[in-house]
Amino acid sequence: MSELKPMIESRSASPQLESPQRRRFVGAAAAAAGIAIAPGMLLIEVAHGRPEDQPASSAVRWGMLVDSTKCATGCNECVTACSTENGWTPVAESKHPRQAPQWIRKLELQDPLTQMETSLPMMCQHCAEPPCVDVCPTGASFKRADGIVLVNRHTCIGCRYCMMACPYKARSLVHEPLNDTQKPDVPRGIGCVESCTFCVQKVDRGDGNTACAEACTAAGHNALLFGDMNDPESEISKRLRELPTKQVRADLNLNLGVRYHGI
Amino acid sequence: MTKRLLALGAVVLTTVALAWAGAESQPKAGGAPKPVIQKAVKGEQCVEPTDYMRRNHMVLLNQHRDRTVIEGVRTKKYSLKECINCHASEKTGSVAAAKEDFCVSCHSYAAVKIDCFDCHSTKPQGSMAMHPLNAETAHYKHKLAAQSARPVSAEEMARVANE
Repeated sequence: MSELKPMIESRSASPQLESPQRRRFVGAAAAAAGIAIAPGMLLIEVAHGRPEDQPASSAVRWGMLVDSTKCATGCNECVTACSTENGWTPVAESKHPRQAPQWIRKLELQDPLTQMETSLPMMCQHCAEPPCVDVCPTGASFKRADGIVLVNRHTCIGCRYCMMACPYKARSLVHEPLNDTQKPDVPRGIGCVESCTFCVQKVDRGDGNTACAEACTAAGHNALLFGDMNDPESEISKRLRELPTKQVRADLNLNLGVRYHGI
Repeated sequence: MTKRLLALGAVVLTTVALAWAGAESQPKAGGAPKPVIQKAVKGEQCVEPTDYMRRNHMVLLNQHRDRTVIEGVRTKKYSLKECINCHASEKTGSVAAAKEDFCVSCHSYAAVKIDCFDCHSTKPQGSMAMHPLNAETAHYKHKLAAQSARPVSAEEMARVANE
């Protein structure tokens, strides 16, 4: 963790770093109102998405915990699941692998001193302060209210400034026409930058999980945990309270939505 | 007198020429061939009256697009996906694959180039998913999870993976 706070303050407030008090208050007020109208209903809504006519709310912050101690070396399930869900061609099958779009990739790291090996997936870290949004000349790169960093392809001009700005190499440009091979839920096309969306189409549908996390669970590794980091009762918040986690390049102070354990 | 005759002659000539030209262009009256407007496969009535939609569908689509992309509102009314679900042609299964398909037919007549389908799929959801030759079936368990309307539990996923 990059910022150390006095124990008393962090205990009284929350595990989050950015203006948690106000969020908590808004959430509590909404919950109280919800219970008054329909007891039980709101609990479910907060946990698993919202009515489809409601915009994404800043009361939620989607995040992911990657437990690299459980991430299996050589396993590529999360990457495969992402490409299947979002319709991008796996890099190995691409005609131009060096410029192929890549929303998530597996990294195998080794400590040169101890030879300890670490395996982890790397993708868009969904920063609270995203550099890609700062540099975008057209406002196409943006952060949604619920913390998901996205590209509005209708305004993206394909300048790739965001790709340069991203410390995590998370973004790719689509170089080739896709010739109607896109998924109906995931529009993507030539000349636009793209990256991990935290499966925003699934989140909006109320699935409350991403394709990569589902695949990791299905493969029996349970290394990926997706959830609402603003909800103190969510599984991810509980795990984040217990496990020591790190942000990659925490020195940049970007307040990441993806936290790693065991690196 | 000669001047008058000349003027009359000119008028007569012009009239004859015009009539001849009119007769010549008679077979292709109306210029370019009219667009073929296929009736929507599903549904009886569009979300707005047809006349209104013909003139204003782009405005509705743009407004809905911004609400969906930026705010995450995914209501069905005015969504491009729902347009495609109803208007995809029975023959091609698409709104923009062939010349007579719903979107292309009018847009080529009006000479308005659209780039919606550079990024958006022209086919309704699920039409190809169950095709045995479709490569997508290779990752069947993820597919099942992706298309489920409700969250899939870890146990269910594990069961699919084992089968």
